Amino acid sequence: MRWVSRKIGRREAATLGTIPVVLLLLAYVVTAAVRHAANPNDRIVPLPGAMAKALWTLATVPDPLSGSLLFWADTAASLERLGLGLGIAMAMAFLVGLLLGALPPARATFSPLVLGIAVIPPVALLPILFIMLGLGETAKVALIVIGVAPVMIRDLAGHVAALPTEQIIKAQTLGASSWQVILRVALPQALPRLIEVTRLAIGPAFVFLISAEAIASDVGLGYRIFLVRRYLSMDVIIPYVAWIALLSILIDMALVATGRRLFPWAGGAAR
Amino acid sequence: MTTLLEIRNVWVEYGAHVVLERLNLEIEAGAFVSIIGPSGAGKTSLLRLLLGQEAPAKGVITLDGAPLAPECGPDRGVVFQRYSVFPHLTALGNVMIARDFAGAPLLARLFGARRKAARAEALAMLAAVGLEGAANQYPAQMSGGMQQRLAIAQALMMQPRILLLDEPFGALDPGIRADMHKLIARLWREQQLTIVMVTHDIREAFTLGTRVIALDKQRQDPHEPNRYGATITYDLKLRPKADEVAEETEGAAA
Repeated sequence: MRWVSRKIGRREAATLGTIPVVLLLLAYVVTAAVRHAANPNDRIVPLPGAMAKALWTLATVPDPLSGSLLFWADTAASLERLGLGLGIAMAMAFLVGLLLGALPPARATFSPLVLGIAVIPPVALLPILFIMLGLGETAKVALIVIGVAPVMIRDLAGHVAALPTEQIIKAQTLGASSWQVILRVALPQALPRLIEVTRLAIGPAFVFLISAEAIASDVGLGYRIFLVRRYLSMDVIIPYVAWIALLSILIDMALVATGRRLFPWAGGAAR
Repeated sequence: MTTLLEIRNVWVEYGAHVVLERLNLEIEAGAFVSIIGPSGAGKTSLLRLLLGQEAPAKGVITLDGAPLAPECGPDRGVVFQRYSVFPHLTALGNVMIARDFAGAPLLARLFGARRKAARAEALAMLAAVGLEGAANQYPAQMSGGMQQRLAIAQALMMQPRILLLDEPFGALDPGIRADMHKLIARLWREQQLTIVMVTHDIREAFTLGTRVIALDKQRQDPHEPNRYGATITYDLKLRPKADEVAEETEGAAA
């Protein structure tokens, strides 16, 4: 059978998908073991045991300085910033994207501005944000919003503008006003797309979150990674990076589940 | 014999490209007009004119004696070949939405007793097009024929002065198409509709229509094919209109 026409079942896909992950982990462990055999004090490629121990200490032993469990405090702080940033970006993308997509005059007026903001590298704005909003939470959340919102707005506006003309005409022949077309035709069809663009925005949002935390913060996943970097603490950095990856996957899965449940007509469950 | 729609010396041009020229047409109330013609002869342009999706370059179109606004309005219903129904609403929701629009300018959604009345009306309309069993299905769960039935039901909720069909059955397979022909002929008779249907299928045009209009170019410039537009080349009146058919069948029944 040709490779292009091979059908892969669920179980087979799961098995195949694990192989590269296991191989990579194995390669890491072998490297670590080899390096530790040569130099028992090697810090660059820590052994799994050392990483587990470092993570366990951060997660269960209160920090003598602040008295908090650092791992959980970092996670909570970062998730709060990420959640706020993504939430505000979603609200903006939804409102602005819907209006730009549905109303040609609004699109003509504002899309150059949105495009202009979208092409600015957000991290270049970070100094401005820190100067204007101080070093607190606001600047970090603002960086995430500025980083992901323009792309989300443009995508959503494009999606709404690309709704078949037939639907808009049909709604008008059924007596709908502009407002009613937005409310009953454009808005419901924009919602599943909002979930999709948010999924795509999780990665960039983490990039901006960690950039902001690395530069000015006293708690957070990105702050911790950049702090312990000074001591070459790979035994903390690697578990933190894995934890960030796991969080991204969990948020993504939650968004997919929400979309399936709320919008059964948008494919998947409806068929 | 009231004239419902009148087109007087209408031209449609896109820049130097003349699509329709010197178009004159009167459509009587209760007629079922089929429009045929080769591809690019302006069939769909004519339909877009009637729909108000675009304005003529020259000439006047009047509906009930008043000039037609260059925007789609509730006095004209339409069924397109595809994308006519809203994918995010169930069949029932798709049909009820006309009442939602009319009854709730701000929320576009009815509640309470008015919602119940609209629901009953919509269910009756779904039954009229043979979709009583599919009220809670989404369009993605329906076949092409069912979606077109739904699109027709949706348009008929407005009791439009004129129903425009843009190759409504073009994407359906022959068996389903025959069923749809029966359905549209029955609805046309029962509800005294005035229908303008654009079609590629000449048999369909002649079996359904009371009048068949052929569009084509009368003048050709081989060096500049877009110089001249199409106009009505044949206007065939075939059989009585809806009300007369109804009288005949009533007479036969009595």
